[in-house]
Amino acid sequence: MSLFTFAKTEFHNLFSRPVTEQYPQKPKQFKERTRGHIENNIDLCILCGMCARKCPSNAITVNRAERTWEIRPFSCVQCGSCVENCPKKCLSMCQSYTRPGPEQTARLLRKPQPAAKPQPAAKPKFSAAPAPVGKSAS
Amino acid sequence: MAESDRQLLEVRPEALLEKVTELKTRGYRLVQICSTTLKDCYEMTYSFSIEYDLLNLRFTVKAGEKVPSISHIYPSAYFYENEIHDLFGVPIEFMTVDYKGRLYRTAVKAPYKLKQEEEGGGPK
Amino acid sequence: MSTRSVVPFGPHHPVLPEPIHLDLVLEDEKVVDVIPSIGFIHRGLEKLVEKRDFRDFVYVAERMCGICSFMHGMSYCEAVEHIMGVELPPRAKYLRTIWCELSRLHSHLLWLGLLADAFGFESLFMQCWRLREKILDMFEASTGGRLIFSVNKIGGQRRDMDNAMLHGFVEKLGGLEEDLKGITSTFLANSAVNSRLKGVGYMTKKMAQEYGVAGPFMRASGIARDTRKLGYDAYGDLNFEPITSTEGDCYARTQVRVRELFQSIDLIRQAVAKIPEGPVAVPIRGFPKGEYMVRVEQPRGEAIYYVKANGTKFLDRFRVRTPTFANVPAMIELMKGCRLSEIPMLILTIDPCVSCIER
Repeated sequence: MSLFTFAKTEFHNLFSRPVTEQYPQKPKQFKERTRGHIENNIDLCILCGMCARKCPSNAITVNRAERTWEIRPFSCVQCGSCVENCPKKCLSMCQSYTRPGPEQTARLLRKPQPAAKPQPAAKPKFSAAPAPVGKSAS
Repeated sequence: MAESDRQLLEVRPEALLEKVTELKTRGYRLVQICSTTLKDCYEMTYSFSIEYDLLNLRFTVKAGEKVPSISHIYPSAYFYENEIHDLFGVPIEFMTVDYKGRLYRTAVKAPYKLKQEEEGGGPK
Repeated sequence: MSTRSVVPFGPHHPVLPEPIHLDLVLEDEKVVDVIPSIGFIHRGLEKLVEKRDFRDFVYVAERMCGICSFMHGMSYCEAVEHIMGVELPPRAKYLRTIWCELSRLHSHLLWLGLLADAFGFESLFMQCWRLREKILDMFEASTGGRLIFSVNKIGGQRRDMDNAMLHGFVEKLGGLEEDLKGITSTFLANSAVNSRLKGVGYMTKKMAQEYGVAGPFMRASGIARDTRKLGYDAYGDLNFEPITSTEGDCYARTQVRVRELFQSIDLIRQAVAKIPEGPVAVPIRGFPKGEYMVRVEQPRGEAIYYVKANGTKFLDRFRVRTPTFANVPAMIELMKGCRLSEIPMLILTIDPCVSCIER
């Protein structure tokens, strides 16, 4: 049994830089696979609602009538189930965590209505046959 | 659960204490006591083990039917039995240490009990 | 005639990692009885299985506890895979083994830190957790999360670790092993630490058998049983023996856990050397029908997972008997007759994970 088993570590720590990172002054370095928050490319989204059905914490709400897709980031557990099950692959898992805030905000994305296609010119109902040559009104 | 290192035995509730005493003399240790809520009854599973082998005893009890405690044979059983009493409402009598429903702090008494008991349709 | 007084311990206490309430009945300085009261972390997760698709329930199962998270998700998947008759590809089994052993490393380091904090040695606590950060960085690099991995799914794993990543981890563990030797010599050889651990909470082999305890708590009293010897996942291909001690006190339990740290690093090296190539998941079809019990060796001991399925997408029952649940009656028995100042040490000696008791 000895008394100075920790002395080597203590001595080493006295003369080396602190291990603690100066966050948030120095921004956090995320790893490539870090699961931070969900983003949706609303232009590709078809509002099928698969992500909402698969979410284990019911964080996603899809409203087809109003064409909206909403996520509550403070309910999201970053499991990635929605990303895996999306048929159009419009959902993606990004690295940075949701920023803390004074209240639990939700993110709503609205899918724009598709632009109206130009209508072709209306054809007349009966096409008037050209008057036969030679016939003239008497 | 058909594997060489495990078996499942159906016992009558009246024969439970006898079978458990037999297992204790053969050197089995208590592994767990589990209760499953089926449509109209509770299915109790008692698991015992010796070295790496597993033996399960199974029987069903209707709502309100009393189950004898095995804590006089296996001293640690009282903790499992108190949990089952607190979560499922299965009345287990003669426990060595009985917390009288105060082990688990839940907002609702016996949250896992049978639906018919909740609606008051089950036998008393 | 001494009077009895009741001192409430918890739910908030500096040594407790999670809230649990104990009413200590004292006669002068001696504890004569302990009345537990749990439920502060009860979330009814076992009932939730009736309301979540069995494929999505993995995410709930792994959130039962932060420290034992990987093995909860993995064992749930194993039970359902067994009921459905799914055969896992060998690479998936090895990946599960490697992640299990990394979990064991991080859990034991967490416990060592809490133990040091419990007897007031804060610098040692910080050193243990600094080393643990290196393992959490490995988790983040391979799975995306520091504590909750979400890599298990029914049929295999959602992510792979390629050989470059695995060899990088083995190198980092080599450096970690050197640092660990320095830290653990303080736990095992320092006379100030030993005076707090030796002779405290002695449990005989007979009592350990009688109360059905599990894990290092049991192995420190001389019972050589480790559920990994059942050979689930890739453990059947790896070479190891259960680590035991015969002294049965807090010091012996610390010794067993420290030796398990080095054993885990060795098991990871063996697994990385033997891991085969191949897919990491198989597709599953249909719904499970039947029941099965899986037994795994969590860092705290033997855990039993019982799944009962009825052929629909919702399971009938999912029951977890965690090792801390099995150790609590023995802990209460050990506390009777000890001094009030030894209570924090006795609680920590079973490595309590209260989220696992209550689910």
